[in-house]
Amino acid sequence: MALDVFAPWDDPKAKPLIQFKNVTKRFGDFTAIDDLTVDIFEQEFFALLGPSGCGKTTMMRMLAGFETPSEGSILLAGQDMAPVPPNQRAVNMMFQSYALFPHLSVWENIAFGLRRDRMPKDEIATRVEEMLRLTRLEKFARRKPHQISGGQRQRVALARSLAKAPKLLLLDEPLGALDKKLRQETQFELMDIQESTGTTFVIVTHDQEEAMTVASRVAVMDEGKIVQVATPDAIYEAPNSTYVADFIGDVNLITGSVETEGETLRFTWAESQPAIVGASTKTFGKAQNVHFAIRPEKIAISAQKPEDAANAVPGKVLDIAYLGNISTYHVQLAGGQVIKAQTANNRRISRRSFTWEDDVWLSWTDTAGVFLER
Amino acid sequence: MRRFSWFNATSLTLGFAFLYVPMIILIVYSFNKSKLVTVWAGFSTHWYGELLSNQSMLDAAWVTVKVAVISSSIATVLGTMAAYVIVRAGRFHGRTLFSGMIYAPLVMPEVITGLSLLLLFIGLNVDRGVMTIVLAHTTFSMCYVSVVVSSRLVSFDQSLEEAALDLGCSPLQAFRLVTLPIIAPAVISGWLLAFTLSLDDLVIASFTSGPAATTLPMKIWSSVRLGVSPEINALSTIMIALVTVGVISASLVNKRQAVRQKREEQAAERQS
Repeated sequence: MALDVFAPWDDPKAKPLIQFKNVTKRFGDFTAIDDLTVDIFEQEFFALLGPSGCGKTTMMRMLAGFETPSEGSILLAGQDMAPVPPNQRAVNMMFQSYALFPHLSVWENIAFGLRRDRMPKDEIATRVEEMLRLTRLEKFARRKPHQISGGQRQRVALARSLAKAPKLLLLDEPLGALDKKLRQETQFELMDIQESTGTTFVIVTHDQEEAMTVASRVAVMDEGKIVQVATPDAIYEAPNSTYVADFIGDVNLITGSVETEGETLRFTWAESQPAIVGASTKTFGKAQNVHFAIRPEKIAISAQKPEDAANAVPGKVLDIAYLGNISTYHVQLAGGQVIKAQTANNRRISRRSFTWEDDVWLSWTDTAGVFLER
Repeated sequence: MRRFSWFNATSLTLGFAFLYVPMIILIVYSFNKSKLVTVWAGFSTHWYGELLSNQSMLDAAWVTVKVAVISSSIATVLGTMAAYVIVRAGRFHGRTLFSGMIYAPLVMPEVITGLSLLLLFIGLNVDRGVMTIVLAHTTFSMCYVSVVVSSRLVSFDQSLEEAALDLGCSPLQAFRLVTLPIIAPAVISGWLLAFTLSLDDLVIASFTSGPAATTLPMKIWSSVRLGVSPEINALSTIMIALVTVGVISASLVNKRQAVRQKREEQAAERQS
């Protein structure tokens, strides 16, 4: 039996939980968010990804109620959020600095929001215990924030923001302060907690790997606009612009012009080189100038010219970056361009087939790359 | 460890002698039997007994304490409010002017502050007494409180307040439940600073007091003009003792807390 795929964004009948409608936010002359429209659905794990200053934090702060849009409106479950102050929104936030109250114990930190709701004492106790179990903090309930480690503090912050069972949980760079190993573990914990509680999560991050790991959909932002919203695999394999292709992962970008020949596209990019053959779902005009984007791991590297490859070009190994699990080869072509090709190191390093200054062939299939308008 | 050198030893001795020899002389002479301050006639606690039976001296002490407690409490409330607004209100027109105006009394000569207050009280036709000294002391110690509190507020992580709002606090609750407990040490030291400033103020109190209210510094000053008596030495010794005990115990408590916090943080890191 096939599992139902979670994709409410493809279902025209699905009602979004959050709607940004033509939202613009200005600080003085500076436009932080520029006429932005996006829908976020219930139970989604939605990632806002972008470089610092792209407006992702401003979007989150508008959802929490700390900023109000200059123009446009934000709807939560169909209701306009503008007049609702932060303390009356069914939205909770996990802060980048965690913002744990230093004068209160872990237990009291988690109970803080519940107490404001005048919940009966025994219900508060039950709920706090539940949160402590969920985040595996039972042993530290009586400690103060300065008496626990960074990873534990991060879990306290998460428990505190989840305690009120918000409709929407906002996470502002939640794992930024953790070291790499702990961060990767915590990403999976976050996904588990998101699934088990069924809460809608919106996460802000500048770490593309983190966004790809946890999110059901990723919104790539630049200068107050959303450049592309899609599932992680679509963002990676079918970026809609050179900005997205370049921002997510490693990419070779080649400029040239494209001609449509029936089902295939012929891409001319250098005088001394044969045209690149590719398949595209998009149609291009006659001799339109475009970028050809191809990921390094999609390029095979070999000593002899492969017989059946759709595209093959000769070159010389310029540099090798050995990263343990993979190696990246920088290969210089006859025209001077440098192309990156990656191979998985499934053999020990002593058996590596190529070294510096070796003549090699690079090859890829006709569907390996994408053509992007400039 | 740095090695002992004659230069260091001499500098240290000179420095401390400069600071403490006058006070030591004062303390020693407070136990003098003789009525003449400059002639040593043997050890006695006579003047301490005499002091306790001097009603006008005790009255002055009571007025001083009363003024100090009331004025420093009012100054703490007002100073904290001013600091909070200046630090938190963000950018508004005239912000620099406002913050500058709060700190101006710090550098204003006391004589001018005292004189201007005196003119105000005369102009308003207010009877001068304990009330007017309290008002005057509140005025000048408020800015000290606001300096101390605002320096704490500047380093205060504002997302703590936002977290409180996010979890359902009204802005007032957020201040009471989160901001105030965290800045409490700064507020308390602001109060203590205002208290000590009020205790030893002579100039402003002289300008703003009336015949009915005399503070201890005023009393000491006026009796010294008639000649230094051993009684005054005894009184001063008591004041020195009180201040010393206060300062030492405050720093001990602070140090113990810092040491404990550091130990707990290290323990937390080891466990993770």
